[in-house]
Amino acid sequence: MKYCLTEKIGGEFIALTQALGSAALMLRSVFFWFFRSKLEVHETVKQCVSIGVDSVTVTALTSFFTGMVLSLQTGNSSKNLFNEPLYIGTMVAFTMLKELGPVLTSIVVAGRAGAVVTAEIGTMAVTEQIDALYTLGTNPTRYLLVPRYIAFMVMLPLLTVLADFLGILGGALVGVVRLGIPTSVFMNDIYTYVEIGDFMHGFLKTFAFAFMIATVSCYKGMNTRGGAEGVGKATTEAVVASMVLVMVIDYFISAILVAVGI
Amino acid sequence: MIEIKGLNKAFGEKRILKDITVTIKEGELFSVIGPSGIGKSTFIKCLIRLLRPDSGQIIVDGQDIASTRSEFTLAKVRRSFGYLFQEGALFDSLTVLENVAFGLKYLTDIPKSEFPKIVKAKLALVGLKDVENLKPSELSVGMKKRVSLARSIAAEPKYILYDEPTTGLDPVTTGMVKDLITDMRAKLGITSVVVTHDMKLALDISSRVAMLSKGEFVEVSEPDKFRLSANAEVREFMRISHLSRVRQNTCD
Repeated sequence: MKYCLTEKIGGEFIALTQALGSAALMLRSVFFWFFRSKLEVHETVKQCVSIGVDSVTVTALTSFFTGMVLSLQTGNSSKNLFNEPLYIGTMVAFTMLKELGPVLTSIVVAGRAGAVVTAEIGTMAVTEQIDALYTLGTNPTRYLLVPRYIAFMVMLPLLTVLADFLGILGGALVGVVRLGIPTSVFMNDIYTYVEIGDFMHGFLKTFAFAFMIATVSCYKGMNTRGGAEGVGKATTEAVVASMVLVMVIDYFISAILVAVGI
Repeated sequence: MIEIKGLNKAFGEKRILKDITVTIKEGELFSVIGPSGIGKSTFIKCLIRLLRPDSGQIIVDGQDIASTRSEFTLAKVRRSFGYLFQEGALFDSLTVLENVAFGLKYLTDIPKSEFPKIVKAKLALVGLKDVENLKPSELSVGMKKRVSLARSIAAEPKYILYDEPTTGLDPVTTGMVKDLITDMRAKLGITSVVVTHDMKLALDISSRVAMLSKGEFVEVSEPDKFRLSANAEVREFMRISHLSRVRQNTCD
């Protein structure tokens, strides 16, 4: 029994090490082809639409309602404590810009676009389409991965800016209509206390999230085995891993940014 | 010319190819037969380095591709190959025209404006017309295979590798594909490697036939000599293939 447990832990460790090594080799290949080959413009634009434009509606709805509920909850708590909703604009803007905007957008994109990327590449892997790319004079990293990395790195920060704006707008709507805060007061709370550094804090994090989501989605897709069942399994694993890693990375990057004063 | 020397490939503990040595000459139509799951596809994938051999040499026109790590060397060698995949491997997101033109875009310097004309001609060669704007999901299995064949010959490669070219095809299309494979060799002098479990196809079209069994070529000879082989495994495989064909004809 003891031997079996040791063997299992050892096996898991070896598998994890192999996966990390394999992902590192994939990343090396992505950088190699990014700098050494002509960009697949058509494929990159297509991926920007699939990963970014197609995620606008769900990102907009998520952030708008998050801003609304944030305003409602903080407003009511503030009323209970101080008999009036104080600094709601500041609170909503800080939270949306620094944390909820980038993190929620990343989770939405990981769940929607990350799943699409893994399923698409995974299906290509199990139906020999990736092998076919090699035989037709194209490297799969160049044709499939580089455009997807670029699309994630460009579109996720843009979606975050949209989410920040709509989240604050949703918060303002509830603050003004439901909590009775004058628009000028809500806006003044933002202008007085929120700085460009607060926006940059959240915005910079999205690049790390985008890179991580692209890496997990592409890696899981490229290493899919076992037909339709394998594609489903790889997609689920990619989404779960991306979402958990967004939270983990968020803490460490926030700690670094706070330490350097951003 | 493709020279294979001491080729070994294993998946985990299972040795699929054991010390295979064979030379495929210019203009030859070399077939590898054997039952399903014996390693025929592994062999053909090693030839173009879609799978990396564990050891041995694969020398294509003087260039050993078995051990090279250079992406550019591999890409250069792969340019001289066409590959027909077992299931077609057409790109789902592209139309038939885009699929067939894919190789033209990356393997040749032909202007883009010429693509529709060339694609139409290649599709006609495999007996298809007016399918350029369809997606692979709108095609039957046989049509997919024919489109895939058109794609693999579009850039007019020096070598073509056929992985089970007639599997899943009706008798008429099988005959057409068979004629096409022989035509490619006769008219264009293309060197072909066919892996198949269809004994009749292999004996009808090949200049040499190799039987793969337990990771080794147990017989490599011309079809006439192959038919008379004294090797027990070859005789057994021929007997089963014959019985299966008789049964098929009786059912039909």
